[in-house]
Amino acid sequence: MSTFDTIPNTDQDALVEVLLRLADDRLIHGQRLSEWTGHGPELEEDLALANVALDMIGHAASLYGYAAELEGKEDEDYYAYFRDDIDFKNIALVELPRGDFAFTIARQFLFSTFSYFLYTGLIKKVEDEQFRGMLQKHLKEIKYHLRHSREWVLRLGDGTEESHEKIQEAIDEIWMYTGELFDLDDADEAAIKHNHFINVTSLKPEWKKIVAETLEEATIEMPDDDQYMFSGSRQGRHTEHLGPLLAQMQFLRRSHPEAEWK
Amino acid sequence: MRLESHDSILTTHYFMNKTKTLSKSHIWSWLEEVIDPEIPVLNVVEMGIVRDVHYEDDTVVVKITPTYSGCPAMNAIEMEIHKKLKEKGVENFKVLTDFKESWTTDWMTAHARKKLKEYGIAPPEDTEESDDFLTELKGSQKVVPCPYCDSMDTVLQSEFGSTACKSLYYCKGCEQPFEHFKCI
Repeated sequence: MSTFDTIPNTDQDALVEVLLRLADDRLIHGQRLSEWTGHGPELEEDLALANVALDMIGHAASLYGYAAELEGKEDEDYYAYFRDDIDFKNIALVELPRGDFAFTIARQFLFSTFSYFLYTGLIKKVEDEQFRGMLQKHLKEIKYHLRHSREWVLRLGDGTEESHEKIQEAIDEIWMYTGELFDLDDADEAAIKHNHFINVTSLKPEWKKIVAETLEEATIEMPDDDQYMFSGSRQGRHTEHLGPLLAQMQFLRRSHPEAEWK
Repeated sequence: MRLESHDSILTTHYFMNKTKTLSKSHIWSWLEEVIDPEIPVLNVVEMGIVRDVHYEDDTVVVKITPTYSGCPAMNAIEMEIHKKLKEKGVENFKVLTDFKESWTTDWMTAHARKKLKEYGIAPPEDTEESDDFLTELKGSQKVVPCPYCDSMDTVLQSEFGSTACKSLYYCKGCEQPFEHFKCI
């Protein structure tokens, strides 16, 4: 799968597409989070963000690795380093610049809550053993990410005037990028038919419930859902932020494609 | 696979299956010499990282599974296994990463947990399959006893510690910070 309008036909193509979409979200999110390394607001948070970033990149690596095996590519690096922005299927939410700490936490919380419901649903549906094993493994870690980011949403929202203002702004700013979490396109439909994916649109009520409860507890106002929602990233139409991120992530490997760690 | 001279004698005296059975247990014991680089008191067998050793014709296949998805030690562990098997004279082998079963701290042996505690890391408790994560999310944290003084008066400081598999605690009893091996 490399062009953005290809609809997978075979069972394997459908699975590969799901693996790549999941992995792209996680790699790009992990890359953004890793920008915090050495810049966290305190030592524990620096470690926490670096740990979550590692988990995200680890999730991506295992999913890419399996896609590589299915597609006969050498390894997972192909997908991470040798594709262009149009080939990446991640949603815009994860490619937005890291922003301040409140923005990072808000994004993590909304994304981890979604991931929790997505993975729980996928584990019940997916028949492929390797894929399901990965999902089970990742879910254990997602729970930690959700717990961690949720606690920070509460602490910031119910904290000082300044922290409250910052997390409220962050939630407001991000909201228009949450629509894509629940978008369903033809490739998803094809994957659902082959039991590799679930209808993500149906996850919205559960997601919204946890988000609403948390925001209320944090004294944060829930943004209006009836607003313009960004879309199109899954088809390769990204914001202007993905290109520079990829340039930084890929340039070394592309400059020295044969280089090896010794 | 090339066997050491001691084994070669066995090869000539026993039928094939016997040789393989013997060698497999040798391989397990050699793998016990491979130490986890992040927790130097535990080897990769007692960690539950090595899941299976078997033969595909004359190739030894070692199946390993990662502890945490993003654990940077996994690469190092794989390299150490390669080094160890080569050092022991095993020529044909491959190390495969398997995701079918996901690693759980329940696979850590009782002996390993004891060693962890002695090393100053609070060992993981047995995991409980909780269906009610979302309720738990808002509820209380479980109590982790201090590995130094066994006090139950401890507080969680951060879900994330110096490595992905550990969280940070503080003991109010002996006023020491300590790490807890997360249960997953």
